[in-house]
Amino acid sequence: MQPPILEARGLMKRYGKTQALAGLDLVVSPGRVVALLGPNGAGKTTFVRAVATLLRPDAGTLYVDGIDALRKPAKVRQVVGLAGQFAAVEEAMTGRENLQMVGRLFGLGNKEARAAAVRVLDQMRLTADADRLVRTYSGGMRRRIDLGISLVGTPRLLLLDEPTAGLDPGSRIQLWDVIRSLVLAGTDILLTTQYLDEADRLASDIVIIDHGQVIAAGTPAELKSRAGDDMIEVHVRDAGHLAVVSGLLAEIGHDPRVDLPQRRAYVAVNDGSSRLMDALRALDGHGIAVEDVSLRRPTLDEVFLALTGKQAQA
Amino acid sequence: MTDAYVIAPSPAVPRARVNTGASLWVSSLVVAGRMVRKFARTPQLIVFTTVQSALFLLMFRFAFGGAIGTGGSLSYVNFLVPGFIASSILWSGMGAATGVAEDVEHGFVDRLRSLPIPRAAVLVGRSLADAALLVWALAVAAVLGFAVGFRVTGSIGDALAAFGLCLVFGFAFEWVFIVIGLVSGTARAAQSMGLLVTPLVFLSSAYVPVKSMPAGVRQFSEIQPLTPMVNAVRGLATGARGQALLDHGTSYYVGLSLAWAAAIFVVFGLLAVLRFGRR
Repeated sequence: MQPPILEARGLMKRYGKTQALAGLDLVVSPGRVVALLGPNGAGKTTFVRAVATLLRPDAGTLYVDGIDALRKPAKVRQVVGLAGQFAAVEEAMTGRENLQMVGRLFGLGNKEARAAAVRVLDQMRLTADADRLVRTYSGGMRRRIDLGISLVGTPRLLLLDEPTAGLDPGSRIQLWDVIRSLVLAGTDILLTTQYLDEADRLASDIVIIDHGQVIAAGTPAELKSRAGDDMIEVHVRDAGHLAVVSGLLAEIGHDPRVDLPQRRAYVAVNDGSSRLMDALRALDGHGIAVEDVSLRRPTLDEVFLALTGKQAQA
Repeated sequence: MTDAYVIAPSPAVPRARVNTGASLWVSSLVVAGRMVRKFARTPQLIVFTTVQSALFLLMFRFAFGGAIGTGGSLSYVNFLVPGFIASSILWSGMGAATGVAEDVEHGFVDRLRSLPIPRAAVLVGRSLADAALLVWALAVAAVLGFAVGFRVTGSIGDALAAFGLCLVFGFAFEWVFIVIGLVSGTARAAQSMGLLVTPLVFLSSAYVPVKSMPAGVRQFSEIQPLTPMVNAVRGLATGARGQALLDHGTSYYVGLSLAWAAAIFVVFGLLAVLRFGRR
């Protein structure tokens, strides 16, 4: 039996007053594409940096492909590839030269490094631009060459830290295509993202992290069935009506919730448009004056809420 | 403690080969090669730094020089140029600080640190490349010096030794700038911190005789490392006339400056390694 590609237990990391990792537990078997989803400051990047051996956890155990990352970080570096939030490439070199350089650092000979560069350029769909200086590349192309660099060494586990942050929609879709082709080729991936749709499109499993802990995990389908319902949001004119509205909404959907200072009540519903009609009728029947009523997809915060029963804190 | 979430296996997973990673020597050379290429392919950097130091030299040679007496029979241009060349190691070092900070800021250092190479290679490669760029900067400074009228008045062997000393000083000071680059976090901060070395240049014997300075400043100039370095280089390059301006023989300053260089290298080299190894 193969060891888990990743096994983290009780990981802790503190920066000054911030507890970046607060006892994070996660075990990932080989052959999966896992998305770590969570708000800014949730601990996603800290976790990825710990796996890449760029930082040392204060406590806990961490095994990558069966290797103890705390005791043998050098061995872990032989099996992971990292592509970060920045495109860490040399702008004054061509795409091909960047790949060959990293190939040499991975311990390949000159000839092997050249062959690896050709392979990766093809994988990244950059063959046509291989011999241009990276400083002439677009943002999306830079991200692809950056991703490519992490693949030169054919890692067992590829770490992608917010691979599409800051990209325009077109480049993001292109990068998704490239990542998906890696997935089909069987690369294990751990990626972080703030975007539910990104996790949904790329990952076989989604792990939701907040305050340095795993708060929920499952396949996208599982998480959606638990949290993917539409939301009806009622903004009342008089805060005194909120209790009544909350009661009415509870009959229409599930997990009703009230935001007193905002004078808003929310409820999750699974048949949005017809439940919206029910809500309007009920409100009208009780003569409740409203500023606004809306039907929308849940926000990431509401996914947290539905999955954990507690409000995600900013 | 809650149970960890276990993500279930998929069948039939092909395993990639393990990358052993490059040796210290190979990886240092690769890292150095990248930097030299970056420098060579950024013509604005080369032109800008050359023009900057040329302007500097021209101002002292022709605008201020007339008002600065050397206090001896040494002409000002022959006084100035050795000081100019020796202090150019600090200007070129500032570029290194910015470069290091940029690599930290843009994740390049993290990328290298995540690769299966000895971590020392990042620093060793950096210092190798900086040494190569230093040779270039010193050569440019020397050519400019000769162009404004400097002539070697000592022996040629001594002049070459003076050039070699500049390389040694430059290499030692490089580590100061590597540390500045590592701790400053951003290229902009590194640039500002790098400017803190400016007083070292002007409050030294590089451009004006220390004897012309007021007492407090003069004391600072005499104890700081750049003054013995400049004195050693000047003594070697200008022979008897230059040596006549110094309180001690040239070999005294060579010894003192080499001791300084060794101390700077050890202290800042260690700081760089400690800072870099932290995770």
